[in-house]
Order: sequence, then structure tokens, then C-alpha cells
Amino acid sequence: MAALYDRYSSIVYSVALRVLGDTGAAEDILQDVFMQLWRNPNAFDSNRGSLGAWLAVITRNRAIDALRKRRPENDIEDVVISVETDLASEADRSRAAEKVRGLLGSMPAAQRSALEMAYFEGLTHTEIAAKTGEPLGTIKTRIRAGLTTLRKAFQE
Amino acid sequence: MSGHEQYAEDLALYALGSLQGEDRANLEKHLDSCSGCRQELEALRGDGALLAVSATGPKPPQRSRQRLLDAVASDPRDSSSPAPARRFNVWAFFGWAAAVGMFLVVIQLRRQNVSLQEAVSSLGAVVGSQTIEMENARRVVDTLTAPDAQAVTLVAGKNPPQPQGKAFYLRNRSGLVFVANNLAPLPPDKIYELWLIPPDGKPIAAGLFKPDAKGNASVINPPGIPAGVEAKTFAVTLESATGPHDAPRGTGVMAGGA
Repeated sequence: MAALYDRYSSIVYSVALRVLGDTGAAEDILQDVFMQLWRNPNAFDSNRGSLGAWLAVITRNRAIDALRKRRPENDIEDVVISVETDLASEADRSRAAEKVRGLLGSMPAAQRSALEMAYFEGLTHTEIAAKTGEPLGTIKTRIRAGLTTLRKAFQE
Repeated sequence: MSGHEQYAEDLALYALGSLQGEDRANLEKHLDSCSGCRQELEALRGDGALLAVSATGPKPPQRSRQRLLDAVASDPRDSSSPAPARRFNVWAFFGWAAAVGMFLVVIQLRRQNVSLQEAVSSLGAVVGSQTIEMENARRVVDTLTAPDAQAVTLVAGKNPPQPQGKAFYLRNRSGLVFVANNLAPLPPDKIYELWLIPPDGKPIAAGLFKPDAKGNASVINPPGIPAGVEAKTFAVTLESATGPHDAPRGTGVMAGGA
């Protein structure tokens, strides 16, 4: 567990901090995520992508649950992800992060904003539509298009 | 996902956990029976992972590491909830004697607990490093065998690429990885079969395989190879797809001495 922590704590903590904006709360999520991995190590399916990517998604989900003060919506073993990009090492993640930030920067502001509100603030499309005054359908389309834009850019 | 475009946007919202109500129930019902949409959901979560890693920031404080290791040490995986405290119903006369006895037991249990914590902690570190080793091993195998891995054959001069294979054999563990390329497309009702030929000359079946459209194929750790058997030669034959496959009956394709 010490080796896993040394390798993946940075990404887990960064994601939790980005969502929650509070170092204490981010530490609690960090603890929670690694304890869940410790108690249920088979929850991660190594055939579907790197452990780093999976932990990032689990952490984001747990942090959003904490932000919205709700009970966890999914058991960690139900969160199966598929990602081809290698995110195992810190150098891999650093390269991917730089690329994603570049892609986000090149997206139309409204699309980037919808994507970030949905992913890092955990807002539903209904809430985003109410906040921005735009139609629900537009928000849905922007979120999906934003996600698939990232995928396509990493497949090239 | 083709033919399921009506679910595409809902899948993205579901992947982010923001689809609620009837839309969510309908989508979950559809996911139960649609592997294409399940795959797209997994890919969308993967897209989210890319977004997540864009969140770079400071490293967690050093105390978090110790806090986790302490928690792991005191929380073995198979622990059940602690037993409820027993209510002692003893005569007051024996109260002090019972208390002294309990104190000694507590000291002994505490000693055992510390040594168990150390053992669990070191096991946790082993599990962690093994997980990483598995991940590295998987990456190696993926590089050799994934359908989208590029297999490039380098040849000298004007020689056209010929069918060739490489076998990596770990005798003591019956580990065998075989990678082939430039294989001719299979005729109908035929299949390639790999053979491990020991010094006694009696071939041991080491897996059936079909090449992809580019002529690449692989066999990973086929079952049925006895531990410790020495390999003198590896060979590939073209066999009937319907068998039997217990001994070579077809034509030879390639062979190489170990």
C-alpha cells in the first residue's frame, strides 16, 4: 500500500483538491480512496486501463459525493473505465495533463465551462442550464462533445 | 454504439453521475442488454479520467502517508465489526481480581496487536508492489499482443517478408509467449497450431491461433505444457480447424531450435 500511495497519491490528492478546494477535505478523500482500494483490491479491472486513470475517476466521484453531501452513488467495483492513454507514471500523467489543458483552452468557452461545471463541480445538466440560461439540449451536447473531443485528440 | 445515438448524450451525463430520474432508469435498463453502450460508457469514463488528470496541484502533506499506513495496519481487510463488550455479572467480591486479570489480558492482546499490525503493514506493501508489477507485465504483454500494436518486421535488402515467429519460453514455470508475423491468411477450415518439441521428439500441443488481417498472431501461456519440460524445437503447422489437435497431422509452416 505504501508503494501504491507513493505512486498515485499526487493524482488522487490533486483531483480531490480541485473538486473540493479544501486541503483537509481533500486529505479525507485521499484516505477514503486508498482505504477502499485496500479493502477491495479486486475492484480495479486491470484489463480496462491504468490504475492511475481508475483512481482519478473514483476520486472525482467520491469528491463530488462529498461536495454535494450525498451518499456515494456507486460502489467502486461498479466503476469500470476504459482508457487507452497510459497514465501509470507521473511523467505520463504530466504529459496528458498538459495536453488536456491545451485542448480545454482551444475549446469554445461555453463548452469548456459546461464540461468543467459538470466534471469538477458535479452540476447536473439541468443546473448548468439554469445557471447559464441555455437550453438543456445544448448543455447535453456540449458535455458529450467535450468528452469525445478529448478522446479523439488522444487517439491521434 | 451505432444505432444507439439516442442514448449518446445521456450516456455522457450518466458517466459523470448527473443523469437522474426517468432518463437514468431508462438508460440503466438499456445498458443491461446493450454491450455496445456499456463499452461507450466505459470509454466516456475514460475520457473523464483524462479530464481528471488535468487537475495538477501540490503533493499531499507527508502526514497523510503515515495516516493511511496506520489506518491500513489497524484495519485488516477481513475484519468484522468488533464484538460487543461483554457485560460482566460477577460478585463485587471478585471485581478487583477480574480487573487485574483483564489488565494482563489487555497487555498481552496489545502486544499481539502491534505485531499483527506490523505484519499487515508489510503485507500491504507487498500487495502494492505486486499490483505495480502486474501492471508492468500487462503492459509488456499488451505491447506484444494487442490488436492495435504495430508489429514491424525488418528484413535485409530485397528479401520479401517471410512468415516468422518468436517463442519466449520459461521452462520452470511453463511460461510461453509466442508472437508471429507475416503469416499467410488461413484457408477455410484450417488453423495454425504451435508445437513444443522436447528432446524425445514427441510434440506437445502449445496452442491454436489465427492471424489477424495483417498476418500477426500470438499465443500467451497456453495450458497443457507440463512444468519443467525441456524445449528442443518450436514449430507451427497448418491443421484442420476441426481437429484433432493432439499431434501434428498437417503441413509444416515454420520451425526453430531452442
